Amino acid sequence: MKLVIAIIQPHKLEEVKEELYKSDINLITVSEVLGHGRQMGVAEVYRGAKETGNLLRKVRLEIAVNDNFVEPAVKAIIKGAKTGEIGDGKIFVLDLQECVRIRTEEKGSKAIG
Amino acid sequence: MINAGDTAWVLISSALVLLMTPGLAFFYGGMVRRKNVLSILMQCLIIMSALSVQWVLFGYSLSFAPADGFWGGFSWLGLNGVGLEPYGDYAGTIPHQAFMIFQAMFAVITPALIIGAFAERMKFSAFFAFTLLWATFVYDPLCHWVWGMGGWLRNMGALDFAGGTVVHINAGIAALVTAIVLGRRSNLDKNVPTPHNMPFVVLGTALLWFGWFGFNAGSALAANGIAVNAFVVTNTAAAAAGLSWALIEWMRNGKPTIFGVCSGAVAGLVAITPAAGFVGVIPAVIIGVLVSVFCFISVTVVKPLFGYDDSLDAFGVHCVGGIWGALATGLFASKLVNPAGADGLFFGNPKQFLIQLATVGITIVYTAVVTLLIYKLVDIFIGVRVDEKTEAMGLDLTQHHERAYTVLE
Repeated sequence: MKLVIAIIQPHKLEEVKEELYKSDINLITVSEVLGHGRQMGVAEVYRGAKETGNLLRKVRLEIAVNDNFVEPAVKAIIKGAKTGEIGDGKIFVLDLQECVRIRTEEKGSKAIG
Repeated sequence: MINAGDTAWVLISSALVLLMTPGLAFFYGGMVRRKNVLSILMQCLIIMSALSVQWVLFGYSLSFAPADGFWGGFSWLGLNGVGLEPYGDYAGTIPHQAFMIFQAMFAVITPALIIGAFAERMKFSAFFAFTLLWATFVYDPLCHWVWGMGGWLRNMGALDFAGGTVVHINAGIAALVTAIVLGRRSNLDKNVPTPHNMPFVVLGTALLWFGWFGFNAGSALAANGIAVNAFVVTNTAAAAAGLSWALIEWMRNGKPTIFGVCSGAVAGLVAITPAAGFVGVIPAVIIGVLVSVFCFISVTVVKPLFGYDDSLDAFGVHCVGGIWGALATGLFASKLVNPAGADGLFFGNPKQFLIQLATVGITIVYTAVVTLLIYKLVDIFIGVRVDEKTEAMGLDLTQHHERAYTVLE
């Protein structure tokens, strides 16, 4: 079991979701986060004062999958989120020790799907 | 003779109507996604700024200077000759400039109403050019025809107390045309946009309702019985329509919603606008109850059927409500309410209903054609629609380099 964490551009969320559905991956958690990468982003200007290097708004996806779904998940995220420009984000794949479905108390691979 | 009470009431009413435009900004702003809320507020506020200037420089002259032609004359450019003495043909008991500034607020809010149709996908530069051209070539002439001395619809006997035709049908039709030619927002079917801040919609509705007393009761241009009648029927129609919309939802969807009450109340205010100075309180209840039926059908059945993306229902509420109000004026108007008005169909004068019908038809045709021409012109020179990435990122950040809400701090 792996945990796939992806940090993507907020406006790419819809496309990523769609690609994930196409790969049969339906269980995702989405949160809004702030991050600081290499991207300077679109500068905000307040009464003439230009602010750059701010923390930028990103979307974080968490997807717990069985091993055979890792590759499709990563591919789907890339397909949906890639523009080729700085700021597209990152994908992290972590080992996942345990997974419990609270409703049924099932554990492991069965609980993930 | 200047009357102090009349002048005070018209000035207060002008301020009330001014407040409707920021009210509309919150009404619309709450309905869009949060990445676009500032673009709506900005469009409304820049209209307040730009059209207030347009109006004193040449808009008022084009609309109200006496003339028989397409526009009013050029004699009042820069408010030349528009002084502090009354101008009897429009309002005999208040300074001419009081009438002028009251009318300025109508010229401001009318183009702001159209924003609802093209929300979330129009370039700011294109919006700005479109709005100035539209105000000059659609609003000003139509205003002249219906309300100006020498205006041919006015001479035909059309009744439009506070702007059902000039403001609501006019803006509503322009809204439909722009929504159709601009096309649907992208990703609309997969990702149905939900209003990002419903309390803003309620706040906006409250400000609109409040300001509308100036819009309608102020249109009496005097602190008199007609103003009181307009005030009472305005409140009554808004209330009846808000109630009616909620009941329709309750029966049809199982739950009444706050969005529904707000939509209904605004529809009721729209519908009573042309009728406010000519109908009594029972017709106001009927007008209010029925406008929600028509507008509900328009936004929940007709819009999905034809698939145009009138984002915030500028057409569905303002045009449909405005047409119903204009026709209802032809049905329920009574000289018992306003001796200076006319009797409608139900008071033995079917001709008035036909005049109302003709006025509505003329407005629809003129506005649709000229709006389309202006749109195409702006599209050729500036390009009206933002590209897909800009649309996805939102107009706040891309058009104004600002955003409404922070996440931390």
